[in-house]
Amino acid sequence: MSTDKRLVKKTSLDKLFDSIKQQGKTIFAPKLKNGKVNYEQVERFSDIATDYIQTTQSAKVVAFPRTEKILDYTKSKEGIAVVEIDLQSISEVVIWGVRPCDAAGFLPLSAIFNWDTKDIIYNTRLEKTTLIGFSCNKCDESCFCTSVAGNPGGTEGSDMMLTQLGDNGDYLAEIITEKGKTIVDKNPDLFETAGEIDKQKYLADVPVKFNQTEIKDKLANFFENEIWLQQSLRCIGCGACASVCPTCACFDIQDEEHGKRGSRVRCWDNCGLSIFTLHTSGHNPREYQSQRWRQRILHKFSYMPERLSVYGCSGCGRCSRACPVDMNIIEHLTAIQEA
Amino acid sequence: MDELKKRAKELLETGAVKVVIGYEQGTGNKTRAAFIQKPEEVSRLIFDSRCVLNLAVYLNKPEVKQIGKPAIVAPIPVLRAIIQLASENQFTDDNLLILGITPESKFVEFNKLADVETYLDQHLIEIEARDKEILEKLDKMSVEERWNFWVEELSPCFKCYACRAACPMCYCHRCTVEMNQPQWISVPSHQLGNIEWHFMRAMHLAGRCVDCNACANACPIAIPLNLLTKKTLEEIKVSFGGYKPTLTGGHIMSTFKPNDKENFIR
Amino acid sequence: MSENIYMPYQMRIEKITHEAPGVKTFRLKFINEEDENKFNFRAGQFGEYSVYGVGESTFCVASSPTRKGYIECTFRQTGKVTSALQRCEEGSVIGFRGPYGNVFPLEEWKGKSLLFIAGGIALPPMRCVIWNALDLRENFKDITILYGARTVPDLVYKHELKEWAERGDVKLVTTVDPGGETPDWKGEIGFVPAVLEKMAPKSENTIAIVCGPPIMIKYTFPVLDKFGFTDETIYTTLENRMKCGFGKCGRCNVGNVYVCKDGPVFNLKQLKELPAEY
Repeated sequence: MSTDKRLVKKTSLDKLFDSIKQQGKTIFAPKLKNGKVNYEQVERFSDIATDYIQTTQSAKVVAFPRTEKILDYTKSKEGIAVVEIDLQSISEVVIWGVRPCDAAGFLPLSAIFNWDTKDIIYNTRLEKTTLIGFSCNKCDESCFCTSVAGNPGGTEGSDMMLTQLGDNGDYLAEIITEKGKTIVDKNPDLFETAGEIDKQKYLADVPVKFNQTEIKDKLANFFENEIWLQQSLRCIGCGACASVCPTCACFDIQDEEHGKRGSRVRCWDNCGLSIFTLHTSGHNPREYQSQRWRQRILHKFSYMPERLSVYGCSGCGRCSRACPVDMNIIEHLTAIQEA
Repeated sequence: MDELKKRAKELLETGAVKVVIGYEQGTGNKTRAAFIQKPEEVSRLIFDSRCVLNLAVYLNKPEVKQIGKPAIVAPIPVLRAIIQLASENQFTDDNLLILGITPESKFVEFNKLADVETYLDQHLIEIEARDKEILEKLDKMSVEERWNFWVEELSPCFKCYACRAACPMCYCHRCTVEMNQPQWISVPSHQLGNIEWHFMRAMHLAGRCVDCNACANACPIAIPLNLLTKKTLEEIKVSFGGYKPTLTGGHIMSTFKPNDKENFIR
Repeated sequence: MSENIYMPYQMRIEKITHEAPGVKTFRLKFINEEDENKFNFRAGQFGEYSVYGVGESTFCVASSPTRKGYIECTFRQTGKVTSALQRCEEGSVIGFRGPYGNVFPLEEWKGKSLLFIAGGIALPPMRCVIWNALDLRENFKDITILYGARTVPDLVYKHELKEWAERGDVKLVTTVDPGGETPDWKGEIGFVPAVLEKMAPKSENTIAIVCGPPIMIKYTFPVLDKFGFTDETIYTTLENRMKCGFGKCGRCNVGNVYVCKDGPVFNLKQLKELPAEY
């Protein structure tokens, strides 16, 4: 459908929030805690953080939670009763204040979870999620969406995209999907007709840092390069980057039992941890951190575009911000391009 | 700083060390670890109040070890970590050079580990007033209130293990959290699993933690993990007379002394 | 079958065979008849076997797809899940997800001779292909099996080795490492690559299927090369740490290949194109 454009008054924004809330939806929005802004369940419009570039964690948790049950079982004398996870019980969620890079992150994530085999748990969670995006009017030195085919006003992945027209201005609402349209239909008086508006001038200026196609081509024959060791010398091998990444999908499957009942759960895992590939025999195909750092970059910028036709990065810059040792992905990718 | 650079340059030129592990300017206002291997690159070295990463964490990294003998830029927390690690037989005088930095940001070279130990006698671990206040507040809470405080703080942890990775004392090849026969600690991150992990880690650091705050600084969601280790430091002070890293004399938590209080046995 | 791709089939352990120290074979029957009727697999594929409350473990289906009504798996007690499996008794219920991965191209091999080279616990993935080929014996020319283990007790499928030895249409050579023989051992004594060299295998119109510990594989490939086997005629099956089985969990990713999805069966030409991260 062609994008329907409306105008939401700045003073109407809280009414829109309250209306969605009243429809019984759980709303997640950026909230400040311990000095960091994160998506939290928000009850009041006034609790939403406004002054931030990007949340520490990505919005992927709504479709791919850090820990989720995939089945339950009960043991008894008669045997084991295994019960599938009830997809009906997954509640409808609205994420308010998603940045374009975060929304765009769902594309690679969906590509992984639907590569030939369809992951119905992920898909159901995403179907039950409405993403209300907010364009970026400012950025920081870690942002690079424009280098990975995104932009600070990009609508891809969002159901509705709001762009504030100037510092104290009203909001341009772009209605992108049916889910977005449903919100408009339920709140007709909050969405006024918009004239011709060029949102571009209100967006942050995110400079292009590298060319991802060039990097992909370079990586095709870059496996044995010494740059991996140089770049990863200061990497301490944690999983902060993967945990905050909107497109990292690697997971583990674990059983958790309490008495006679238990669940099989899927939980996040990280390719940066040495145990990720460790065989029971003790053999580890990726023994050194430099190999694991190489895997992270190759997976996102070479393997994924080759196999899934989508890059595994949306340029949000969270990995650089979260890294305890300042591994800066822009710097590293630029160095690879120039190598 | 010039003295430090000069000395680093000399060490690299003469081949006394293969790498100088120090700090350099990072992204924006951040600093980061630098691994200087060429004399002409010593100008990259910096030191200021932003340099809080505990560089001792790199001394056990295989790729860093492979470069050859290091010299390490060591402010007080790094010095403490070095002594604790040396007492755990992680290195000796022969395979490490220490370029110390005083609290006044002055360069002081140490010829041997024993000198560092002596130097540290003037710089005993002191929990900062601000943290002490929080610990006191926690102490005054009822058990239930305190439990709720930690549930609230630890539940959001997604187990990226940045705390462990940034900690110089967490050098085990196979961490308890990775042992699965039996499975001591839940792998997934959830309330129980997170509490198990962080409490276990704090216990394993009791009597070894040098109070460098690397864990809390590393946490991407700013969980005040260091409160746990600070509390163990205080407990040790009460029960065993306080912790300081020493080369000899055994570990405070694993060495029985006849005058140890045994009031925890009832 | 459920739409939930993580939902295992419920399987009853019908029979347990002790193969070697720490090694058992389970014969598994589908509890739900509908599952059994829908289930199909081909030689080379693998699955996720689970003990509820402990977890899942990855290994191949060791029985032949020509034998209907059950599947068999052989495993050695090594990690958490295989230890729990070892404790299971006949009649216990375990979970099974699969089949996953690609297959040995038996159709393409019609009219060719087959040379199987296996070491230790790596016979199970090959046993599936061996029985598949033997059950369709007329499709192939010579079938030769070289199987080695560290010691005589470590040889798995002892009853089947006897059966193969007695068959006129299979040439079986067994070997144990020096020092691993028993007084009554009648087979070869020596490492697999050395015994293979002595056998001087013909490469003409022959496919070699190699599976064993990395060190055996490493020294076997040059021997095959010496006797004229081309990279396209040498097959193996890889084992990487896996969790999901369908290219999502990320850990078996080697280069742009996912061992669970694109493998586990590779010919040597394909293997050489992969970075050495397996």
